[in-house]
Amino acid sequence: MWRDPRARSYLLQGLFAAAILAVIAFIAWNTAANLARYNIRVGFQFLDRPAGFDILQRLIPYSEASTYGRAFLVAILNTVVLSAVGIVFATVLGFLIGLARLSSNWLVSRLAAVYIETLRNIPLLLQIFFWYFAILRPLPGPRQSLALPGDIFLNNRGLYLPAPVFEPGSGFVAIALIAAIAAAMAIYAWANRRQAATGQRPAAGRMALGLLIGLPFLAAVATGGPMSWDRPTLAGFNFQGGVVVIPEFVAMAVALSTYSAAFIAEVVRGGVLSVQQGQIEAARAIGLRPISIYRLVVIPQALRAIVPPLTSQYLNLTKNSSLAAAIAYPDLMHVFAGTALNQTGQPFEVMALTMGVYLGISLAISWLMNWYNRRVALRERTP
Amino acid sequence: MTASGSQWASERKPPPSPRGAVAWLRANLFSSPLNIALTVLSLWFLAMVVPPLVDWAILDAAWRGTRIEDCPNREAACWVFIGARWPTLIYGSYPAPERWRIDLVFALGALGVTWLMLPRTPAKGRIGLAMLTLYPLLTFGLLLGGWFGLRRVPTAEWGGLMLTLVAAVWAIATSIPLGLLLALGRRSPRPVIRYFCITFIEFWRGVPLIAVLFLAIVMFPLFVPPGLEFDKLLRALVAFSIFNSAYMAEVFRGGLQAVPVGQYEAARALGLGYSRMMAFVVLPQAVRVALPALVNTCIGIFKETTLILIIGLFDFLAVIQAGMADPAWLAGEHIRTSGYVFAALGFWIFCYGMLRYSRFLEKRL
Repeated sequence: MWRDPRARSYLLQGLFAAAILAVIAFIAWNTAANLARYNIRVGFQFLDRPAGFDILQRLIPYSEASTYGRAFLVAILNTVVLSAVGIVFATVLGFLIGLARLSSNWLVSRLAAVYIETLRNIPLLLQIFFWYFAILRPLPGPRQSLALPGDIFLNNRGLYLPAPVFEPGSGFVAIALIAAIAAAMAIYAWANRRQAATGQRPAAGRMALGLLIGLPFLAAVATGGPMSWDRPTLAGFNFQGGVVVIPEFVAMAVALSTYSAAFIAEVVRGGVLSVQQGQIEAARAIGLRPISIYRLVVIPQALRAIVPPLTSQYLNLTKNSSLAAAIAYPDLMHVFAGTALNQTGQPFEVMALTMGVYLGISLAISWLMNWYNRRVALRERTP
Repeated sequence: MTASGSQWASERKPPPSPRGAVAWLRANLFSSPLNIALTVLSLWFLAMVVPPLVDWAILDAAWRGTRIEDCPNREAACWVFIGARWPTLIYGSYPAPERWRIDLVFALGALGVTWLMLPRTPAKGRIGLAMLTLYPLLTFGLLLGGWFGLRRVPTAEWGGLMLTLVAAVWAIATSIPLGLLLALGRRSPRPVIRYFCITFIEFWRGVPLIAVLFLAIVMFPLFVPPGLEFDKLLRALVAFSIFNSAYMAEVFRGGLQAVPVGQYEAARALGLGYSRMMAFVVLPQAVRVALPALVNTCIGIFKETTLILIIGLFDFLAVIQAGMADPAWLAGEHIRTSGYVFAALGFWIFCYGMLRYSRFLEKRL
């Protein structure tokens, strides 16, 4: 039997499975014994009990009387909003720096290289501490705030931004904007058909732009400007009005986006360099203008190489947002695996929920990436 | 015009030389209006940033002294702080008479790494193997003590740069072989092994390291028989090994995928078995392809070791932060900024060094 490769393979796998099951059984048995010893009851009932602690930043109504389940939701939203803001800023900054790195201007390219090599070789946690403890915390109080352009104020209590106020009638502006987007898409489709039929391309871009700006503007004028800004103003010892972004969020967002931008810049550079020079020469040879060369030839091919590593950078950024626990930004890790775990004494349920959320986000993003990859993958010629 | 054709030719200016400083400037900085604008903007940026930075870090900084009173200028760096805390930064709270052990470990490590990095040194394979196996064992034996008359130093007293290096070397030395095994298992034709490896890799890659460290601290005591206690540092190191081996597995998978099938078939045709085929034909080629990603992962591991401060261990960053919280140094943000900048410089030197070495290797291979 030992000489039969199939039987040997089954035996090997059977032994391997038995070994893993034995380890799992050993852990399960120990855990059961420990739980009995410490008198811990397992179950998710605690999610309905009042949490009794406050959370510094909440996007949905929450108070000390709210349940652990509610706290869980608030914490997830805090993680999501931090990751989303980080991803947006990191992408913009990363593309700018990546393109600067590719610039034919020696000085610009070197400056971008210095940025990349500095930021990505310093631990993220250190950068978070630097922004939080060395920059934001020592800022003066509200009375001596740093005034930034656009009625934005920065002080040791956070970042004060003007908040948009939607008055009745703003619905019409939104409807006009949606209509303009639909019309612009229709114009592009029509322009493509015209070009295919006659070889002449109508100036679709200019028409679409005019619609996108003009329609909402007309709607706003017709309804009498239904939107205004609620500006933060100093009243007594603190600001009134506007939105407040807590300093922990500012430190995390700045650190996450500047750090990830260094990696994204390298991804962008690699993607653009991966487009063969022959493609650009061929595009020039058939008479495309420089803008069209980029729009129709370089970018579609570069995106194919950029998107997969870019997604994994987004994934890293989301996982790195858990470092927020180190400066007590109330994210999932801090609120749930920190405060809630200590208060409830239910490590299993709390850790399972926390890790489940991160795992779910990771799997969802990698599923999306695979879907996109299949869509844009090079379609090989089939004989 | 027609009469002086030859003269006309000689009057024409020669084309601009493609060499020389002026030509270089023209090609790289002033080739178009946009480029000129970018150059001016960059120069303005440098003029705004570099002089204040030099003033802060060097010219106005306090270099000599022992106390916070020696740093009166709050608008400049206070390197006195670093000097005063220097032994703690390197050794943590390791007892002073025993610090020669750390020096010995550092010296051996530096010797081994230099030997491996220099081109054309003999017995690289054997030295490399010793660095990955014997050296970590020797390090733990020496640092922990408790044998041969060496005093036992509990890991709670470890700290500083030494702890950062111990964690990084351990994580790298364990995650490479584990990751290789996982990568091979992921390509195994046997479904039980393959699916186990896929689940293992994807699970650990899907959760943040800090959650894994929490798991090691909070949950691990529940997993072992009652009464058995494990050292906090050991638990963190096990977490590092498991977590990073999943990332290493993906690095090796990328390298293995790049080896053409023909290489496997040729090795089989020569009559090599699985282990010899892997050791002599496939892996040498796979490692060459995977090298840049391997070094990047090592740099990532090195940076991640800072996370152990969240679970209460005193690594390089943590001892600097502890110094800032010392009442004798509490007054002033310039102490804090100087501390963080110095820590950043320390980490940067190690990470950038690894990066440069990998680029040098890529060119040589």
